[in-house]
Amino acid sequence: MLLEAPFTEEKIRQLNVGDMVEITGLIYTGRDAVHKYLAEGGRPPVDLTDGIIYHCGPVVVREKDRWVVKAAGPTTSIREEPYQGDLIRRYRIRGVIGKGGMGPRTLAACHEVGAVYLHAIGGAAQVLAERVVEVPGVHMMEKFGSPEAIWEFRVERFPVVVTMDSHGNSLHAQVLAESEAALKSLF
Amino acid sequence: MEGKVLQKNLLELIRRTSSELPLDVIRTLEKGYRREQKGSTAKYALKVILDNIKLAKEKSQPLCQDTGTIICYAELPSWLDELAFKRAYEQAVAEATAVGYLRQNSVDSLTGKNSGNNLGPGSPSYHLSASRQRSLTVRMMLKGGGCENMGVQYSLPDSRIGAGRDLEGVRRCLLDAVYQAQGKGCGPGILGVCIGGDRGSGYAASKEEFFRTLDDRNPDPRLARLESRILREGNGLGIGPMGFGGATTLLGVKVTHRNRLPASFFVSVSYMCWAFRRNGFQLSESGRITRWLYDS
Repeated sequence: MLLEAPFTEEKIRQLNVGDMVEITGLIYTGRDAVHKYLAEGGRPPVDLTDGIIYHCGPVVVREKDRWVVKAAGPTTSIREEPYQGDLIRRYRIRGVIGKGGMGPRTLAACHEVGAVYLHAIGGAAQVLAERVVEVPGVHMMEKFGSPEAIWEFRVERFPVVVTMDSHGNSLHAQVLAESEAALKSLF
Repeated sequence: MEGKVLQKNLLELIRRTSSELPLDVIRTLEKGYRREQKGSTAKYALKVILDNIKLAKEKSQPLCQDTGTIICYAELPSWLDELAFKRAYEQAVAEATAVGYLRQNSVDSLTGKNSGNNLGPGSPSYHLSASRQRSLTVRMMLKGGGCENMGVQYSLPDSRIGAGRDLEGVRRCLLDAVYQAQGKGCGPGILGVCIGGDRGSGYAASKEEFFRTLDDRNPDPRLARLESRILREGNGLGIGPMGFGGATTLLGVKVTHRNRLPASFFVSVSYMCWAFRRNGFQLSESGRITRWLYDS
Protein backbone atom coordinates (compact mmCIF):
# COMPACT_ATOMS: atom_id res chain seq x y z
CA MET A 1 0.00 0.00 0.00
CA LEU A 2 1.04 3.58 -0.58
CA LEU A 3 1.80 6.07 2.22
CA GLU A 4 1.90 9.59 0.81
CA ALA A 5 2.81 12.90 2.42
CA PRO A 6 1.41 14.62 4.43
CA PHE A 7 1.94 11.93 7.07
CA THR A 8 -1.06 12.65 9.28
CA GLU A 9 -1.91 10.83 12.49
CA GLU A 10 -5.05 9.52 10.81
CA LYS A 11 -3.07 7.79 8.04
CA ILE A 12 -0.50 6.40 10.49
CA ARG A 13 -3.17 4.99 12.83
CA GLN A 14 -4.51 2.91 9.95
CA LEU A 15 -1.22 1.01 9.60
CA ASN A 16 -0.73 -2.39 11.20
CA VAL A 17 2.19 -4.70 11.84
CA GLY A 18 2.99 -6.68 8.68
CA ASP A 19 1.77 -4.02 6.24
CA MET A 20 4.07 -3.64 3.23
CA VAL A 21 4.17 0.07 2.56
CA GLU A 22 5.68 2.31 -0.11
CA ILE A 23 6.43 5.84 1.03
CA THR A 24 6.22 8.88 -1.23
CA GLY A 25 7.16 12.31 0.07
CA LEU A 26 9.90 14.12 1.97
CA ILE A 27 11.81 12.28 4.71
CA TYR A 28 14.86 13.22 6.81
CA THR A 29 17.90 11.13 7.63
CA GLY A 30 19.21 11.17 11.18
CA ARG A 31 21.41 8.74 13.04
CA ASP A 32 23.55 8.67 16.18
CA ALA A 33 24.90 12.24 16.27
CA VAL A 34 21.55 13.85 15.37
CA HIS A 35 19.62 11.88 17.99
CA LYS A 36 22.10 12.74 20.72
CA TYR A 37 22.09 16.41 19.68
CA LEU A 38 18.28 16.68 19.72
CA ALA A 39 17.95 14.74 22.98
CA GLU A 40 20.37 17.18 24.63
CA GLY A 41 18.10 20.08 23.64
CA GLY A 42 19.61 21.07 20.28
CA ARG A 43 17.24 22.85 17.91
CA PRO A 44 16.22 20.83 14.86
CA PRO A 45 17.16 22.63 11.61
CA VAL A 46 14.05 21.21 9.90
CA ASP A 47 10.41 20.94 10.96
CA LEU A 48 9.98 17.39 12.22
CA THR A 49 6.27 17.73 12.96
CA ASP A 50 4.37 14.96 11.17
CA GLY A 51 7.73 13.96 9.74
CA ILE A 52 9.50 10.70 9.04
CA ILE A 53 13.07 10.18 10.20
CA TYR A 54 15.34 7.64 8.51
CA HIS A 55 18.19 5.93 10.38
CA CYS A 56 20.63 6.07 7.51
CA GLY A 57 24.18 7.22 6.83
CA PRO A 58 24.00 7.57 3.06
CA VAL A 59 26.74 7.89 0.48
CA VAL A 60 25.90 11.12 -1.35
CA VAL A 61 28.06 12.81 -3.98
CA ARG A 62 27.87 16.23 -5.60
CA GLU A 63 27.43 15.98 -9.37
CA LYS A 64 27.57 19.45 -10.97
CA ASP A 65 24.82 21.41 -9.21
CA ARG A 66 22.98 18.63 -7.44
CA TRP A 67 23.35 15.88 -4.86
CA VAL A 68 23.17 12.28 -6.05
CA VAL A 69 22.56 9.39 -3.65
CA LYS A 70 24.88 6.45 -4.32
CA ALA A 71 23.87 4.15 -1.47
CA ALA A 72 21.15 4.60 1.13
CA GLY A 73 20.39 1.49 3.17
CA PRO A 74 19.24 1.58 6.80
CA THR A 75 21.50 1.38 9.84
CA THR A 76 20.73 -0.50 13.07
CA SER A 77 18.04 1.41 14.98
CA ILE A 78 18.37 0.06 18.49
CA ARG A 79 21.24 2.48 19.23
CA GLU A 80 18.67 5.31 19.24
CA GLU A 81 16.38 3.56 21.73
CA PRO A 82 17.43 5.85 24.63
CA TYR A 83 16.34 8.94 22.64
CA GLN A 84 13.68 7.95 20.11
CA GLY A 85 10.60 7.86 22.35
CA ASP A 86 11.18 11.36 23.75
CA LEU A 87 11.80 12.78 20.27
CA ILE A 88 8.62 11.20 18.91
CA ARG A 89 6.66 12.84 21.74
CA ARG A 90 8.37 16.22 21.51
CA TYR A 91 8.14 16.71 17.74
CA ARG A 92 5.14 14.50 16.90
CA ILE A 93 7.32 12.42 14.58
CA ARG A 94 5.02 10.01 12.70
CA GLY A 95 7.47 7.47 11.39
CA VAL A 96 10.90 6.04 12.04
CA ILE A 97 12.61 4.05 9.27
CA GLY A 98 15.52 1.75 10.14
CA LYS A 99 16.47 -1.86 10.57
CA GLY A 100 16.42 -4.40 13.38
CA GLY A 101 13.48 -2.88 15.26
CA MET A 102 13.35 -0.90 18.51
CA GLY A 103 12.38 -1.50 22.12
CA PRO A 104 9.47 -0.93 24.50
CA ARG A 105 10.14 2.80 25.09
CA THR A 106 9.80 3.57 21.40
CA LEU A 107 6.78 1.28 21.10
CA ALA A 108 5.05 3.12 23.96
CA ALA A 109 5.69 6.50 22.31
CA CYS A 110 4.35 5.20 18.97
CA HIS A 111 1.17 4.12 20.75
CA GLU A 112 0.76 7.41 22.59
CA VAL A 113 1.52 9.83 19.76
CA GLY A 114 0.40 7.87 16.72
CA ALA A 115 3.65 6.82 15.09
CA VAL A 116 5.08 3.67 13.47
CA TYR A 117 8.40 1.93 13.01
CA LEU A 118 9.06 1.12 9.38
CA HIS A 119 11.62 -1.59 8.64
CA ALA A 120 13.67 -1.12 5.47
CA ILE A 121 15.58 -4.04 3.98
CA GLY A 122 19.06 -4.05 5.48
CA GLY A 123 21.83 -4.18 2.92
CA ALA A 124 19.62 -3.17 -0.01
CA ALA A 125 21.62 0.01 -0.54
CA GLN A 126 21.11 0.19 -4.31
CA VAL A 127 17.37 -0.49 -4.49
CA LEU A 128 16.77 2.08 -1.76
CA ALA A 129 19.08 4.70 -3.31
CA GLU A 130 17.11 4.40 -6.58
CA ARG A 131 13.94 5.43 -4.76
CA VAL A 132 15.46 8.73 -3.62
CA VAL A 133 14.49 10.94 -6.52
CA GLU A 134 15.73 14.29 -5.22
CA VAL A 135 17.87 15.72 -2.44
CA PRO A 136 16.47 19.21 -1.76
CA GLY A 137 18.88 19.98 1.06
CA VAL A 138 21.30 18.95 3.77
CA HIS A 139 21.75 20.27 7.31
CA MET A 140 24.47 20.07 9.96
CA MET A 141 26.95 18.72 7.42
CA GLU A 142 29.80 20.83 8.85
CA LYS A 143 29.08 19.80 12.40
CA PHE A 144 28.50 16.06 11.97
CA GLY A 145 30.02 15.08 8.62
CA SER A 146 28.23 13.57 5.63
CA PRO A 147 26.98 10.20 6.97
CA GLU A 148 25.69 11.77 10.21
CA ALA A 149 24.14 14.91 8.65
CA ILE A 150 20.41 15.52 8.23
CA TRP A 151 19.69 14.88 4.56
CA GLU A 152 16.36 15.83 2.99
CA PHE A 153 15.31 12.95 0.74
CA ARG A 154 12.36 13.18 -1.60
CA VAL A 155 11.43 9.53 -2.03
CA GLU A 156 9.07 7.77 -4.38
CA ARG A 157 7.63 4.37 -3.52
CA PHE A 158 10.30 3.72 -0.89
CA PRO A 159 9.70 0.10 0.25
CA VAL A 160 9.34 -0.68 3.98
CA VAL A 161 7.44 -3.05 6.26
CA VAL A 162 5.54 -1.88 9.35
CA THR A 163 7.07 -3.86 12.21
CA MET A 164 5.87 -1.67 15.12
CA ASP A 165 2.49 0.01 14.88
CA SER A 166 0.62 2.67 16.86
CA HIS A 167 -1.61 0.06 18.53
CA GLY A 168 1.08 -1.41 20.76
CA ASN A 169 2.07 -4.30 18.47
CA SER A 170 5.65 -5.22 17.63
CA LEU A 171 6.54 -7.88 15.09
CA HIS A 172 10.00 -8.08 16.72
CA ALA A 173 8.54 -8.97 20.12
CA GLN A 174 6.23 -11.51 18.46
CA VAL A 175 8.99 -13.25 16.44
CA LEU A 176 11.25 -13.26 19.52
CA ALA A 177 8.59 -15.01 21.61
CA GLU A 178 7.70 -17.53 18.88
CA SER A 179 11.34 -18.40 18.13
CA GLU A 180 12.05 -18.79 21.84
CA ALA A 181 9.25 -21.35 22.12
CA ALA A 182 10.61 -23.16 19.03
CA LEU A 183 14.12 -23.14 20.50
CA LYS A 184 12.91 -24.63 23.80
CA SER A 185 11.25 -27.48 21.95
CA LEU A 186 14.62 -28.33 20.33
CA PHE A 187 16.52 -28.47 23.64
CA MET B 1 55.26 -8.48 -12.03
CA GLU B 2 55.31 -4.76 -11.45
CA GLY B 3 53.61 -3.42 -8.32
CA LYS B 4 51.26 -1.30 -10.45
CA VAL B 5 49.98 -4.35 -12.33
CA LEU B 6 49.33 -6.25 -9.10
CA GLN B 7 47.58 -3.19 -7.65
CA LYS B 8 45.31 -2.88 -10.70
CA ASN B 9 44.32 -6.55 -10.46
CA LEU B 10 43.66 -6.32 -6.72
CA LEU B 11 41.50 -3.24 -7.36
CA GLU B 12 39.42 -5.30 -9.80
CA LEU B 13 39.09 -8.04 -7.19
CA ILE B 14 37.80 -5.49 -4.65
CA ARG B 15 35.35 -4.02 -7.19
CA ARG B 16 33.92 -7.43 -8.00
CA THR B 17 33.75 -8.48 -4.36
CA SER B 18 31.90 -5.32 -3.38
CA SER B 19 29.37 -5.28 -6.22
CA GLU B 20 28.72 -8.95 -7.12
CA LEU B 21 27.60 -11.91 -5.04
CA PRO B 22 28.82 -15.44 -5.79
CA LEU B 23 26.37 -17.60 -7.74
CA ASP B 24 25.96 -20.18 -4.94
CA VAL B 25 24.66 -17.40 -2.64
CA ILE B 26 22.25 -16.03 -5.26
CA ARG B 27 20.92 -19.54 -6.01
CA THR B 28 20.30 -20.18 -2.30
CA LEU B 29 18.50 -16.84 -1.89
CA GLU B 30 16.34 -17.67 -4.91
CA LYS B 31 15.46 -21.02 -3.35
CA GLY B 32 14.41 -19.19 -0.18
CA TYR B 33 12.30 -16.78 -2.24
CA ARG B 34 10.46 -19.69 -3.89
CA ARG B 35 9.89 -21.36 -0.52
CA GLU B 36 8.31 -18.36 1.25
CA GLN B 37 4.56 -17.90 1.17
CA LYS B 38 2.97 -15.72 -1.46
CA GLY B 39 2.15 -12.25 -0.14
CA SER B 40 4.33 -12.64 2.97
CA THR B 41 6.75 -10.02 4.27
CA ALA B 42 9.47 -12.70 4.06
CA LYS B 43 8.95 -13.09 0.32
CA TYR B 44 8.85 -9.32 -0.07
CA ALA B 45 12.16 -8.92 1.75
CA LEU B 46 13.81 -11.58 -0.44
CA LYS B 47 12.43 -9.91 -3.56
CA VAL B 48 14.02 -6.58 -2.59
CA ILE B 49 17.27 -8.42 -1.80
CA LEU B 50 17.34 -10.18 -5.20
CA ASP B 51 16.53 -6.90 -7.00
CA ASN B 52 19.35 -5.22 -5.10
CA ILE B 53 21.87 -7.90 -6.09
CA LYS B 54 20.98 -7.42 -9.76
CA LEU B 55 21.09 -3.63 -9.58
CA ALA B 56 24.46 -3.48 -7.79
CA LYS B 57 26.06 -5.67 -10.46
CA GLU B 58 24.57 -3.60 -13.30
CA LYS B 59 25.70 -0.33 -11.73
CA SER B 60 29.01 -1.76 -10.52
CA GLN B 61 28.36 -0.20 -7.11
CA PRO B 62 28.57 -1.52 -3.55
CA LEU B 63 25.80 -4.01 -2.91
CA CYS B 64 25.60 -2.76 0.67
CA GLN B 65 26.91 0.60 1.82
CA ASP B 66 28.71 -1.05 4.72
CA THR B 67 31.60 -2.52 2.78
CA GLY B 68 32.75 -3.98 6.06
CA THR B 69 35.98 -5.46 7.26
CA ILE B 70 38.21 -6.39 4.35
CA ILE B 71 39.43 -9.92 4.95
CA CYS B 72 42.14 -11.17 2.61
CA TYR B 73 44.02 -14.47 2.36
CA ALA B 74 46.90 -14.67 -0.11
CA GLU B 75 49.14 -17.58 -1.05
CA LEU B 76 52.39 -16.09 -2.28
CA PRO B 77 54.50 -17.88 -4.92
CA SER B 78 58.28 -17.58 -4.95
CA TRP B 79 58.26 -14.58 -7.32
CA LEU B 80 56.35 -12.36 -4.85
CA ASP B 81 57.55 -11.32 -1.41
CA GLU B 82 55.34 -10.22 1.48
CA LEU B 83 56.36 -6.57 1.42
CA ALA B 84 55.62 -6.21 -2.30
CA PHE B 85 52.20 -7.80 -1.86
CA LYS B 86 51.38 -5.65 1.16
CA ARG B 87 52.33 -2.43 -0.62
CA ALA B 88 50.21 -3.21 -3.70
CA TYR B 89 47.28 -4.39 -1.55
CA GLU B 90 47.23 -1.27 0.63
CA GLN B 91 47.43 0.99 -2.41
CA ALA B 92 44.58 -0.95 -4.06
CA VAL B 93 42.44 -0.56 -0.91
CA ALA B 94 43.10 3.20 -0.74
CA GLU B 95 42.27 3.58 -4.44
CA ALA B 96 39.11 1.45 -4.08
CA THR B 97 38.03 3.78 -1.27
CA ALA B 98 38.74 6.90 -3.33
CA VAL B 99 36.61 5.66 -6.25
CA GLY B 100 33.77 4.43 -4.02
CA TYR B 101 34.06 0.62 -4.25
CA LEU B 102 34.68 0.76 -0.49
CA ARG B 103 33.22 3.09 2.14
CA GLN B 104 35.54 5.03 4.47
CA ASN B 105 35.38 2.40 7.15
CA SER B 106 38.48 2.57 9.34
CA VAL B 107 38.07 4.50 12.58
CA ASP B 108 40.77 5.19 15.20
CA SER B 109 39.50 3.42 18.32
CA LEU B 110 41.02 6.02 20.68
CA THR B 111 40.18 9.29 18.91
CA GLY B 112 37.16 8.28 16.79
CA LYS B 113 38.81 9.78 13.72
CA ASN B 114 38.15 8.11 10.37
CA SER B 115 41.37 7.61 8.40
CA GLY B 116 39.41 8.21 5.19
CA ASN B 117 41.28 5.62 3.12
CA ASN B 118 40.70 2.35 5.02
CA LEU B 119 44.34 2.24 6.12
CA GLY B 120 45.43 2.20 9.75
CA PRO B 121 46.42 -0.18 12.54
CA GLY B 122 44.88 -3.54 11.60
CA SER B 123 43.18 -2.35 8.44
CA PRO B 124 43.08 -3.74 5.93
CA SER B 125 43.70 -7.14 7.47
CA TYR B 126 45.53 -9.86 5.59
CA HIS B 127 46.77 -13.41 6.08
CA LEU B 128 49.76 -14.42 4.00
CA SER B 129 51.23 -17.84 3.42
CA ALA B 130 53.98 -19.16 1.17
CA SER B 131 53.02 -21.36 -1.76
CA ARG B 132 54.89 -23.63 -4.19
CA GLN B 133 52.33 -22.94 -6.91
CA ARG B 134 53.39 -20.84 -9.88
CA SER B 135 50.51 -18.40 -9.59
CA LEU B 136 49.35 -16.04 -6.85
CA THR B 137 46.05 -16.99 -5.18
CA VAL B 138 44.03 -14.29 -3.39
CA ARG B 139 40.73 -14.79 -1.59
CA MET B 140 38.74 -11.84 -0.31
CA MET B 141 35.69 -11.27 1.84
CA LEU B 142 33.84 -8.10 2.90
CA LYS B 143 31.99 -8.52 6.18
CA GLY B 144 29.70 -5.72 7.39
CA GLY B 145 29.43 -4.45 10.95
CA GLY B 146 25.80 -5.45 11.51
CA CYS B 147 26.55 -9.15 11.11
CA GLU B 148 29.96 -8.95 12.77
CA ASN B 149 28.20 -7.69 15.92
CA MET B 150 26.19 -10.96 15.99
CA GLY B 151 29.26 -13.19 16.38
CA VAL B 152 29.51 -15.03 19.69
CA GLN B 153 31.94 -17.34 21.48
CA TYR B 154 30.78 -20.00 23.94
CA SER B 155 32.93 -21.65 26.58
CA LEU B 156 31.61 -25.12 27.43
CA PRO B 157 30.10 -26.29 29.64
CA ASP B 158 27.44 -23.55 29.53
CA SER B 159 24.66 -24.08 32.05
CA ARG B 160 22.42 -21.31 30.64
CA ILE B 161 21.70 -23.41 27.56
CA GLY B 162 22.51 -26.79 29.10
CA ALA B 163 25.47 -27.34 26.77
CA GLY B 164 28.13 -29.89 27.69
CA ARG B 165 31.44 -30.67 26.02
CA ASP B 166 30.13 -32.75 23.12
CA LEU B 167 28.44 -32.32 19.74
CA GLU B 168 25.02 -32.02 21.40
CA GLY B 169 26.45 -29.10 23.40
CA VAL B 170 27.76 -27.55 20.18
CA ARG B 171 24.31 -27.95 18.59
CA ARG B 172 22.75 -26.00 21.46
CA CYS B 173 25.30 -23.20 21.08
CA LEU B 174 24.59 -22.83 17.38
CA LEU B 175 20.81 -22.75 17.75
CA ASP B 176 21.16 -20.27 20.61
CA ALA B 177 23.37 -18.06 18.41
CA VAL B 178 20.71 -18.05 15.66
CA TYR B 179 18.01 -17.21 18.21
CA GLN B 180 20.07 -14.40 19.79
CA ALA B 181 20.82 -12.85 16.39
CA GLN B 182 17.11 -12.72 15.38
CA GLY B 183 17.02 -10.47 12.29
CA LYS B 184 19.65 -8.08 13.58
CA GLY B 185 22.52 -9.45 11.50
CA CYS B 186 20.63 -8.88 8.21
CA GLY B 187 19.43 -12.43 7.80
CA PRO B 188 18.96 -14.84 6.19
CA GLY B 189 22.46 -15.51 7.46
CA ILE B 190 25.23 -18.04 7.28
CA LEU B 191 27.02 -19.49 10.30
CA GLY B 192 30.78 -20.02 10.22
CA VAL B 193 31.76 -22.18 13.18
CA CYS B 194 34.92 -23.49 14.81
CA ILE B 195 34.79 -26.13 17.53
CA GLY B 196 37.91 -25.87 19.70
CA GLY B 197 41.10 -23.86 19.25
CA ASP B 198 41.85 -20.89 21.51
CA ARG B 199 39.76 -17.73 21.56
CA GLY B 200 41.76 -16.09 18.77
CA SER B 201 42.33 -19.06 16.46
CA GLY B 202 38.73 -20.20 16.93
CA TYR B 203 37.23 -16.96 15.62
CA ALA B 204 39.73 -16.78 12.75
CA ALA B 205 38.92 -20.36 11.69
CA SER B 206 35.18 -19.71 11.97
CA LYS B 207 35.54 -16.91 9.38
CA GLU B 208 37.70 -18.99 7.05
CA GLU B 209 34.72 -21.35 6.72
CA PHE B 210 32.98 -18.61 4.72
CA PHE B 211 35.37 -19.29 1.85
CA ARG B 212 33.51 -22.57 1.28
CA THR B 213 30.59 -22.47 -1.14
CA LEU B 214 27.09 -22.94 0.25
CA ASP B 215 26.47 -26.07 -1.84
CA ASP B 216 29.63 -27.98 -0.86
CA ARG B 217 29.65 -30.90 1.56
CA ASN B 218 31.83 -31.15 4.64
CA PRO B 219 34.31 -34.03 4.12
CA ASP B 220 33.92 -35.03 7.78
CA PRO B 221 30.60 -36.95 7.95
CA ARG B 222 30.03 -35.98 11.62
CA LEU B 223 30.31 -32.29 10.76
CA ALA B 224 28.29 -32.72 7.55
CA ARG B 225 25.45 -34.17 9.64
CA LEU B 226 25.72 -31.34 12.17
CA GLU B 227 25.67 -28.72 9.41
CA SER B 228 22.51 -30.05 7.76
CA ARG B 229 20.78 -30.52 11.10
CA ILE B 230 21.49 -26.96 12.26
CA LEU B 231 20.37 -25.63 8.88
CA ARG B 232 17.07 -27.49 9.21
CA GLU B 233 16.48 -26.71 12.89
CA GLY B 234 17.68 -23.10 12.57
CA ASN B 235 15.19 -22.49 9.76
CA GLY B 236 12.55 -24.09 11.98
CA LEU B 237 12.94 -21.26 14.49
CA GLY B 238 10.83 -19.16 12.12
CA ILE B 239 12.83 -15.94 12.43
CA GLY B 240 12.89 -15.40 8.67
CA PRO B 241 14.50 -12.76 6.44
CA MET B 242 15.23 -9.54 8.38
CA GLY B 243 13.54 -11.16 11.38
CA PHE B 244 10.10 -10.67 9.77
CA GLY B 245 9.18 -14.32 10.43
CA GLY B 246 9.35 -17.02 7.76
CA ALA B 247 11.04 -20.22 6.68
CA THR B 248 14.36 -18.75 5.52
CA THR B 249 16.42 -17.90 8.58
CA LEU B 250 19.72 -19.49 7.50
CA LEU B 251 21.30 -19.94 4.07
CA GLY B 252 24.06 -22.23 5.28
CA VAL B 253 26.09 -23.63 8.16
CA LYS B 254 29.81 -24.34 7.84
CA VAL B 255 31.68 -26.04 10.68
CA THR B 256 35.34 -26.84 11.22
CA HIS B 257 37.34 -27.97 14.25
CA ARG B 258 40.72 -27.39 15.88
CA ASN B 259 42.42 -29.19 18.71
CA ARG B 260 41.99 -27.55 22.11
CA LEU B 261 43.63 -27.52 25.51
CA PRO B 262 42.23 -30.03 28.00
CA ALA B 263 41.00 -27.09 30.06
CA SER B 264 39.23 -25.22 27.23
CA PHE B 265 36.29 -25.96 24.96
CA PHE B 266 35.34 -22.97 22.84
CA VAL B 267 32.65 -22.83 20.20
CA SER B 268 33.27 -19.76 18.05
CA VAL B 269 30.41 -18.59 15.85
CA SER B 270 30.66 -15.95 13.14
CA TYR B 271 27.46 -14.71 11.52
CA MET B 272 27.47 -13.59 7.88
CA CYS B 273 24.64 -11.46 6.45
CA TRP B 274 22.84 -12.28 3.19
CA ALA B 275 25.17 -9.77 1.48
CA PHE B 276 27.81 -12.51 1.52
CA ARG B 277 30.57 -10.85 -0.46
CA ARG B 278 33.36 -13.29 -1.25
CA ASN B 279 35.58 -13.64 -4.27
CA GLY B 280 39.04 -14.69 -5.31
CA PHE B 281 41.39 -15.19 -8.22
CA GLN B 282 44.63 -16.69 -9.43
CA LEU B 283 47.14 -14.39 -11.04
CA SER B 284 50.05 -15.47 -13.24
CA GLU B 285 53.52 -13.98 -12.97
CA SER B 286 52.87 -12.01 -16.15
CA GLY B 287 49.96 -10.27 -14.44
CA ARG B 288 47.07 -12.10 -16.09
CA ILE B 289 44.05 -13.34 -14.12
CA THR B 290 43.99 -17.04 -15.02
CA ARG B 291 40.99 -18.09 -12.95
CA TRP B 292 38.18 -16.63 -10.80
CA LEU B 293 37.67 -18.93 -7.84
CA TYR B 294 33.91 -18.52 -7.54
CA ASP B 295 31.20 -18.30 -10.21
CA SER B 296 29.29 -15.03 -10.21
